[in-house]
Amino acid sequence: MKLKRDDALKALIPHVNDDDIVVAVYQTNFDWMALNPRPLNYVAVGAMGQASSHGLGLALANPKRRVFIFDGDGSILMNLGSLVTISGAGVSNLYHFVFANGVYEVNGNQPLPAADTIDFEGMARSAGYRGSRSFNTLDAFQENLSELLSMPGPQMAVMEIVPGQLYPRDYDYIHSAAARQSFRDALNAVLI
Amino acid sequence: MIKQAKIREIVALPDIVTSEGLLWPISRDPEFRVTRICKEDEGVSICGAMSYNGTRALLLIQQTGLMDSLNAIRAIGVDYHLPVIIMVGLQGKEPSVHPDQSAVYGVRIIRPVLDAMELSHSLIESPNDVGQIPNAIETAYDTSQPHIFLIGRAPVAL
Repeated sequence: MKLKRDDALKALIPHVNDDDIVVAVYQTNFDWMALNPRPLNYVAVGAMGQASSHGLGLALANPKRRVFIFDGDGSILMNLGSLVTISGAGVSNLYHFVFANGVYEVNGNQPLPAADTIDFEGMARSAGYRGSRSFNTLDAFQENLSELLSMPGPQMAVMEIVPGQLYPRDYDYIHSAAARQSFRDALNAVLI
Repeated sequence: MIKQAKIREIVALPDIVTSEGLLWPISRDPEFRVTRICKEDEGVSICGAMSYNGTRALLLIQQTGLMDSLNAIRAIGVDYHLPVIIMVGLQGKEPSVHPDQSAVYGVRIIRPVLDAMELSHSLIESPNDVGQIPNAIETAYDTSQPHIFLIGRAPVAL
């Protein structure tokens, strides 16, 4: 059993408040931007694997905001140490969602190493996250979201996903100065 | 000088050149918050992300980690025009030898690599060099560009 990615993202929409920051990557980012366009979407992390570190920087610098990271499994594999860094930093406002499809989707759907045996939930727990859990059905994900987000971070949720409806990959926009300025303006418009 | 530049966030992976004279004193100073990282490129992202609301941060690493982080610096610092400030201990550099003349390959190539990447950098080798730190940091934030300080010898904590 697996979740469709767009269904998982739609389930998240009502839980993301206007003043929350969302850092998303690759196809999850493009789908999220289409499903829930909002000023505090942080749409580009520059280098693959860095979403968790950007999320940590944002969480540290904006302690009154919640930071959601919509990571990929291939992405977080490039920065596994960041799980330990996040744990060590003691940020309680960071919620880390890993959309695990077992492949490098935008790079030709090549498989991850050890795709069938990686345990991201266990990795996060071992790194010291306050909570970590996995989901392979939409119902279970929806049922647990409120409770998960009521817990202090860092929390991880791993979703076993397959692509749902795919939205356009607008790389020009996510890497644009306009996208960064839009985020900066929104972040500083109302300081909380 | 770091405080004078209004930096209170230190992101660090220990470096033997700056460990005793810089990172340990900073770690004991309650005015600073130190975030210890596992890999240097994490720090590029953390500092870049912090800058969006004007939070000033300093990444403290060794030149080996700088080399390991070049793609992150290229993307986040240069392509995205973010003020990522990095202090880099030049581990292995000989005292009183300019880095470009070092017998150590890993030291000798650092400034040429930074130049090839069109990165702003300055060498902090003697007490006389320290005074330039606040201005370089101000310029980096004013222009939203990275700046890299190369620490040529172990600083002495006062």
